[in-house]
Amino acid sequence: MSLRTPTGWGPKLLIAAGLSFLTLVVLLPVLTVFVEAFSAGLAAYWGAITQPPAVHALQLTLLITAIAVPLNTVFGLLISWILARRSFRGQAVVLALLDLPLSISPIVVGFMFILLFSPEMGLFADAVERSGVKIVFATPGLALTLLFVTVPFVAREVYPALQEVPREEEEAARCLGASPWRTFWSVTLPHIRPALIYGVILCTARAVGEFGAISVVSGKIINATNTLTLHVERTYLEYDGAAAFACASLLGSVALLSLLVQTLVRHQDRIREP
Amino acid sequence: MSLARLRGVPGLVPGGRKGLGGRGLILLASLYLVLLLGLPLAALLRAGLQLPPQRLWQLLSSELAASALQLSLSAATLAALINTGFGLLLAWILVRYRFPGRRLADALIDLPFAMPGVVAAIALLRLYGPGGRIGQLWDPEAPFGHWLAGIGITELNLTGSRFGVVLAMVYATLPFVVRAVQPVLEAIEPEVEESAFTLGATPAQTFRKVLLPQLLPALATGFSLALARGLGEYGLVTILTGNIPFETLTSTVYVYQRFEEFDFDGATAVSLVLLAGSLGLLVLINGLALWYRRSRAL
Repeated sequence: MSLRTPTGWGPKLLIAAGLSFLTLVVLLPVLTVFVEAFSAGLAAYWGAITQPPAVHALQLTLLITAIAVPLNTVFGLLISWILARRSFRGQAVVLALLDLPLSISPIVVGFMFILLFSPEMGLFADAVERSGVKIVFATPGLALTLLFVTVPFVAREVYPALQEVPREEEEAARCLGASPWRTFWSVTLPHIRPALIYGVILCTARAVGEFGAISVVSGKIINATNTLTLHVERTYLEYDGAAAFACASLLGSVALLSLLVQTLVRHQDRIREP
Repeated sequence: MSLARLRGVPGLVPGGRKGLGGRGLILLASLYLVLLLGLPLAALLRAGLQLPPQRLWQLLSSELAASALQLSLSAATLAALINTGFGLLLAWILVRYRFPGRRLADALIDLPFAMPGVVAAIALLRLYGPGGRIGQLWDPEAPFGHWLAGIGITELNLTGSRFGVVLAMVYATLPFVVRAVQPVLEAIEPEVEESAFTLGATPAQTFRKVLLPQLLPALATGFSLALARGLGEYGLVTILTGNIPFETLTSTVYVYQRFEEFDFDGATAVSLVLLAGSLGLLVLINGLALWYRRSRAL
């Protein structure tokens, strides 16, 4: 890729138009989040993020993220490994199924889980009733919904990377007596590491920021099923803008951090490849 | 005989198709996908099949449902078109030109995917909403607003209006076209354009005859991804626009409101349409990927 220095009015105008659009739609909003968060001073900021509903919401978000991300990392690796290494009937179906959570509306996802587990009219209403375990409007439902929404990220990133791994290296390791695990850790994993990190970061960012699907199955019970994104919505609608932006800035920091790591991984990847 | 051909012959090269470990893992992964993704889908389809067709049609053609579906489709299409234009422009300047802030701009493109919709929504509202940091410029008391009123524009509202719906969707779907077009543009050498130019083509001709044919599959893919995402967008739309019936109430907000009022039939009907839409676009996108691979192979 060779970059040129813009000369003449045409290119300069194009650059100005592109950057203005990006500034108005993306840059100004992200700056606004942090400016508003600290506009009332540090003490107010600290007060907003340490009030009990906010702390509870943060803990709940961390809990369901800590369930969804590791599970979908392990299963994402497994699914992508099967897709890349085994041929079986229905491979195309699995690939299409993996894309579904990305294109289907989060609201529809949440509603589907209601249709499954609602104690009044869900498909499993009887089983839910008998077991006495609350699923929707409780933490298990939130975790399940989050699992659904974040299932594609690791699998979609790792699958193409696995296809690129030279099979001869894996086969040589196996011939030399390495166990399948040893082969995976020492030969395969180094090849797919950037893609894996990338996938885990995208998965985490989505898990922390999920809103639509969660708002359906949560019931938004304060100090019980209110996640951080729902807490931001509630405080904002209750005209407590300062508290909303303070908590939003926590979510925004996660987003910026994930972008930073993504950029670093991509940069490293470009250096490694000729 | 190559190693690859020996795979699958028991006892020669391990890691072939035989082996219980492999089978067990495949079973485990299939079970996970079927239970996690298949079951919820089945629940929605079952709820849909329990509705008689006339009832389904009646639910979908209720005034509010029809207007919500129409609004979603038109706003998502418009947002995808806007992002196709600006996405092409952004990809072009990022790939071809050196300018201050280029790296930052490149990183910012991904921000709408990383930043939670709620966070972006309250920020956009605080910026462009009535009385917002920029929105206050067109308050009737402000000089610019006064001038606008003078030429007949009195109630400019960039968030609680159809414009707000489009703005929410433009924000949410901004990365798709840029990220689809960027790698294709990177693969086209600038010399190709330069030679077209040297041979006497105008910039418009060079774009239309040399670049556009090569970029078309990527543009179409980015457009479809943006359309699918825009149709399903909920968080940004609901917070930014205030859900005014027949004005800013989209189909996803409609599903949520039906569900909140325990009208599960109404929610099911519109959910089925949204599901069908995303499935249709998914098929289209996979078809486009095929086209894209073929056009690059030629």
